[in-house]
Amino acid sequence: MTQLGLEGSTRGDTLCAGTATGELLWLDEPLSFWGGTSLDGGVIVDVHHPQCGTALGGRVLVMSASRGSSSSSSVLAEQIRAGVAPAAIVLSSRDAIVTLGALAAAEVYGIRMPILLLDDAALVELPRSGAVTVAADDETATVSWSTSD
Amino acid sequence: MTGALVLTDADERKLAGDEGAGMAMAMRMIVALAKVSGAPHLIDISSAHIDGCLYHGQAGLDFVEKLVSLGAEVSVPTTLNVSSLDLLHPGLVRLAPAESSAATRLMDAYVALKARATWTCAPYQLAASRPARGSDIAWAESNAIVFANSVLGARTDRYGDFADVCAAITGRAPFAGLHLEANRVPTVELDCSSVPRHVLDSDAVWAVLGCVVGDTVGERVPILTGVDAGVVDEDRLKALGAAAASSGGVALFHVAGSTPEAVEAGAGWPAPGVARISITTEMLRQARDRLTTAVASSGIDAVSLGTPHFSLAEFEKLARVLADRVPFDPSCTVWISTSRDVLALAKEKGYAQLCEEVGARLVVDTCTYVTPILGDEVRTAMTTSGKWAWYAPANLGIDVVFGTMEECVDSARAGRVVRHDAAWA
Repeated sequence: MTQLGLEGSTRGDTLCAGTATGELLWLDEPLSFWGGTSLDGGVIVDVHHPQCGTALGGRVLVMSASRGSSSSSSVLAEQIRAGVAPAAIVLSSRDAIVTLGALAAAEVYGIRMPILLLDDAALVELPRSGAVTVAADDETATVSWSTSD
Repeated sequence: MTGALVLTDADERKLAGDEGAGMAMAMRMIVALAKVSGAPHLIDISSAHIDGCLYHGQAGLDFVEKLVSLGAEVSVPTTLNVSSLDLLHPGLVRLAPAESSAATRLMDAYVALKARATWTCAPYQLAASRPARGSDIAWAESNAIVFANSVLGARTDRYGDFADVCAAITGRAPFAGLHLEANRVPTVELDCSSVPRHVLDSDAVWAVLGCVVGDTVGERVPILTGVDAGVVDEDRLKALGAAAASSGGVALFHVAGSTPEAVEAGAGWPAPGVARISITTEMLRQARDRLTTAVASSGIDAVSLGTPHFSLAEFEKLARVLADRVPFDPSCTVWISTSRDVLALAKEKGYAQLCEEVGARLVVDTCTYVTPILGDEVRTAMTTSGKWAWYAPANLGIDVVFGTMEECVDSARAGRVVRHDAAWA
């Protein structure tokens, strides 16, 4: 429950378990991690993407889905290994390519980057910016934030 | 949330580690994938094709080496896609030593899992690796997926990195996507009846048609109608599928009267009410021109054939064109990518020797747009492949001219672009 009416939260389903905190980054368009982001820097390099040049590292990424090659799974796993991946990803569709990359990194490196699936009703609750905390396990998946400061 | 995933006792034992820690790790990935795809249960697969053997960085290598160290092995017949290296022609691929060594380790790890060292994007050309009609398989690599589904009538969803090898080890896959009969029914008709038969009776037109199909339908399942079965063959369907998977993400298409599921459905497909779009010769000419990024008058430094890998039938066709033994111009190198298995057959027939005699260079185990093979001096290259034309400008930073096999051969002999426009009218 919220205290003093100054906190918010929204719920979804867990695609990959984990906890993380970071600043929200809403993607304006789908993104291919393979070819669309730099392998070693986690920066959007797709010149056709409206947010080209933005660094994904440490952000809580909100996106509808990835697009393009299944090699994106390997690229995301490599970015998680290198520490330049998003802190968490919030999806609005069941994207296996992104999820497999995070699951593989969890298996090999023990680094858990949470991935959550939110439906449209849950998604509109989410702020457009600011820090959020993501907590996803086998039972529940929650995004919460403070509005007090 | 969708309905819960139900596992069999055998699945649970694999998950619990009864068959080893490597099996358990692979099973965790397959179960997680099944939950993402909303599958009600898993199914047996009869073969796998792994695309993860192309080096994309440390994580892909660490993942498969961990499976090896935990004692995993594939449990179904498994083929391997192209790698980053040509093991039969060392020195051909110009990778930095560190990356070359990582690529070799990656190949070794997949062989240690007991996958077959086929190193080809066209496993369907190997007699021992063609899945049976109606069988469930787990294949990766977009051109192999679309061929297995469309031309052979086997059933695979779009598997990719990590999922492919885990399916091969567990022998299981989520019952989802194109494994379901209902998802294989065409949802859009592409009417080709206005395109003259003689235009469709040319290999290069099928690559261009594939680009148009992908652009038009995206990831939907199309059925092409109005195509005379007499002009349809496997190499043409290969070219169509590869291009449609690149330009649109097509994983299954049907050709009325030709491909197996369309033949069986007969007049029942397309179902009443399915959207119908006309494909015209003008659309094909425009798509051909879009695939060409070079200016028409340019010289060419290279020709790339065999993406997807050259089949024995394509070697035979090329050998007929080269029979007069006119050599290629020294300023232009002709590259032919194929698998080591098909190359062995092409040598038995003498096709490969003829190609080399007139100046062609043969590449196996890999392919000319995924790893550095073409020389740095190459600025403009010509190809018969819709897929190669699609990717080469971005992957290799060169200009591309798309053409028929005859146009490619005549251009390589002249060292400049030679067109035969009659094929496109």
